[in-house]
Amino acid sequence: MDPEVPALSVIDLGIIRDILIHENEIEISITPTYSGCPAMDVISMNIKMELLANGFNNVKITTALSPAWTTDWMTEEGKQKLKEYGIAPPNPKQQVCHTDLFVPDEAVQCPLCNSYHTHRVSEFGSTPCKSLYQCNDCKEPFDYFKCH
Amino acid sequence: MKENLLNTDSSKVPPPEGFREAYILHLADNALILAQRNAEWCGHGPVLEQDIAITNISLDLIGQARNFYQYAAQITGGDCDEDKLAYLRAEREFKNCLLVELPNGDWGQTILRQFFFSTYQFLLYTELQKSSDEQIAAIAAKSLKEVTYHLRWSSEWVIRLGDGTEESNQRMLRAIENLWMYTGELFQSSPYEIQSANNGTGVELSLLKCKWDEKVERVFAEAGLPYPEKVYHQTGGKEGRHTEHLGYILAEMQYMQRVYPDSEW
Repeated sequence: MDPEVPALSVIDLGIIRDILIHENEIEISITPTYSGCPAMDVISMNIKMELLANGFNNVKITTALSPAWTTDWMTEEGKQKLKEYGIAPPNPKQQVCHTDLFVPDEAVQCPLCNSYHTHRVSEFGSTPCKSLYQCNDCKEPFDYFKCH
Repeated sequence: MKENLLNTDSSKVPPPEGFREAYILHLADNALILAQRNAEWCGHGPVLEQDIAITNISLDLIGQARNFYQYAAQITGGDCDEDKLAYLRAEREFKNCLLVELPNGDWGQTILRQFFFSTYQFLLYTELQKSSDEQIAAIAAKSLKEVTYHLRWSSEWVIRLGDGTEESNQRMLRAIENLWMYTGELFQSSPYEIQSANNGTGVELSLLKCKWDEKVERVFAEAGLPYPEKVYHQTGGKEGRHTEHLGYILAEMQYMQRVYPDSEW
């Protein structure tokens, strides 16, 4: 589980890049979402604890930076879970990942009332992976898991 | 004797590095010191959303610094680790540019410094993705996605403030005056940058200069800010000769590790 987004499993997030089974050791390769994401250390420890609790004593967690994680690796099931949790899932296409200025806000669907009539309050939100939006129809503020 | 005063426990200090380690430390130090500066805004931003924005940028930069420090520690070997590199090196061992250690000033000055640096980092990481050193290339590619956000955010703010009220425009003019003489160092290669560029792991900085000028000119034009005239540029940070400000940053940042060695939380 991601401690910041408890609705998602590490598989849903797409951060498990490889699982290697050696003779008497399991090696799990994970990739960080954002470079400074403080959840990564916790995630890595939780994976280890979970495997230890299930009887796997020899577990090695490695970090793979390349290729860099993208929200396109998030599973469809994960996106659905995010929405149910109240966070707008990332749009499939990387619409805003360039340096052009004052581009119109992405059309982000409100996870509560499904309206596309929403606006961005802040590009940076409560965690590195989210930005803050508000729905113009139901007026609810919500997090958007920004494309990356 | 002087060295001993600086490093009370010399066994904890990593051995002197080659150009490869120096280059990686330079990349790490730039990110860490700017992160530390930006973090000073935590709880003091002009509005909540922008307070969160600048501290998010700080967090991204700490993450980038960690990736570079971990790699430098791996190359150095022994019991060297990321924390020793960040917390147990003295001022003269830090290789960051002077620009990133300058005081925050007002919001306008912080924004302008971020814009100058993000423009530089965007161009640098774009090139470093092609580094022959796979780990540097991987960190650059990963970080570039984040820097893209930083650059867009800071560019928009430069325009907003430059083209805003008379007061915000005046403040931006003052910020340009305060910071401009520190921008030249970004493109002034140190010996380890030249060696890294020569062996394909680093970047020839003069190639970035034109694109940097172009971007700054474009954003300044839109912000109604004049492109500064040629001035004498301050240098030295990349080789450990810093402004009086870095010592204070380190004093605060390294305090816990210096007073309670090896403490963890």
